[in-house]
Amino acid sequence: MSEVIVVTSGKGGVGKTTTTANVGTGLAASGKKVVLIDTDIGLRNLDVVMGLENRIVYNLVDVVEGNCRVKQALIRDKRYPGLYLLPSAQTRDKTAVNESQMRKLIDHLRDQFDYILLDCPAGIEQGFKNAIAGADRALVVTTPEVSAIRDADRIIGLLEANSFEKIDLIINRMRYDMVKRGDMMTVDDVVDILSIGLIGVVPDDENVVIATNQGEPLVGNHTLAGRAYYNICTRILGEEVPYLNLDHSISFWTKVTGIFHKSQEGRV
Amino acid sequence: MRLPGFLRRKSSREVAKDRLKILLISDRVNCSPEVMDMIKQDIAKVISRYMKIDTENMEIEISKSSARGRGNKNPSLYANIPILDLHKIN
Repeated sequence: MSEVIVVTSGKGGVGKTTTTANVGTGLAASGKKVVLIDTDIGLRNLDVVMGLENRIVYNLVDVVEGNCRVKQALIRDKRYPGLYLLPSAQTRDKTAVNESQMRKLIDHLRDQFDYILLDCPAGIEQGFKNAIAGADRALVVTTPEVSAIRDADRIIGLLEANSFEKIDLIINRMRYDMVKRGDMMTVDDVVDILSIGLIGVVPDDENVVIATNQGEPLVGNHTLAGRAYYNICTRILGEEVPYLNLDHSISFWTKVTGIFHKSQEGRV
Repeated sequence: MRLPGFLRRKSSREVAKDRLKILLISDRVNCSPEVMDMIKQDIAKVISRYMKIDTENMEIEISKSSARGRGNKNPSLYANIPILDLHKIN
């Protein structure tokens, strides 16, 4: 049975596209058939994060308007069999597609894929409505900052108003050194404020920038973020994964001084 | 070592958490104070037709039944209206 997951956040720049790319790639690495749909019409980016920007022929708007068949617009990722991308259009705007067209497209794709991941644009306008229209569950991405959490709360309210029952939280760019100093909200603080289930915490990791530079998702590799994304995928597949203790990976010095301080739990 | 509460400056984490909690209450209610005041005045007007009430001390608020603010989709309007005289009819 296929599952349609929308990755959303409200605020821009918190890591929706990176999350979509890595979660989608991770699910495909687990042997699932996955299609990633970039619904950010006019500001497409999932193609570059995936490193597939040179292979785009047709896009989402072409499919919806009937200029091509769905199959023609799907780009097959060479890294994993069963991983596909449906890119967005760069030269159109959000009004080029409506909610019923999105539902129709998703219904068509449901037969062919185990997971359909929708990368939602920032904001709460038409683009957001399109992205959530055909989805079964939502991953809400936020960072431990006031503005991102506020927007996430608004998004959660809208998802609930649209009868979403499965809404999970991903906290991105967590910095445990700042948490230790008392200068960043903890994972528990954010979960407590937003009151939805947590499915993953991704530490702030420069490897994400490096991976994006190269157009290679980092899910599953040895980096902290890569491991965190892998854990999220495993949880999406329904397995329980314990949150790893991150204390040892911050720095050797922190570890040494940590002997004298009460250890604070770090989680991935 | 942590200083006792009155000597210690709030950490920015605590400031952020406190600000968010207050911010989200008004965000979730989705109702400006002006609108709340209009609702209050209108309720007072209607009730006043039937009994004498203490409009000065009446309170209204919109809250979600669930303590955590989620899980219950329907928020409710609570009104606390002190009655001065029940038999004001006619």
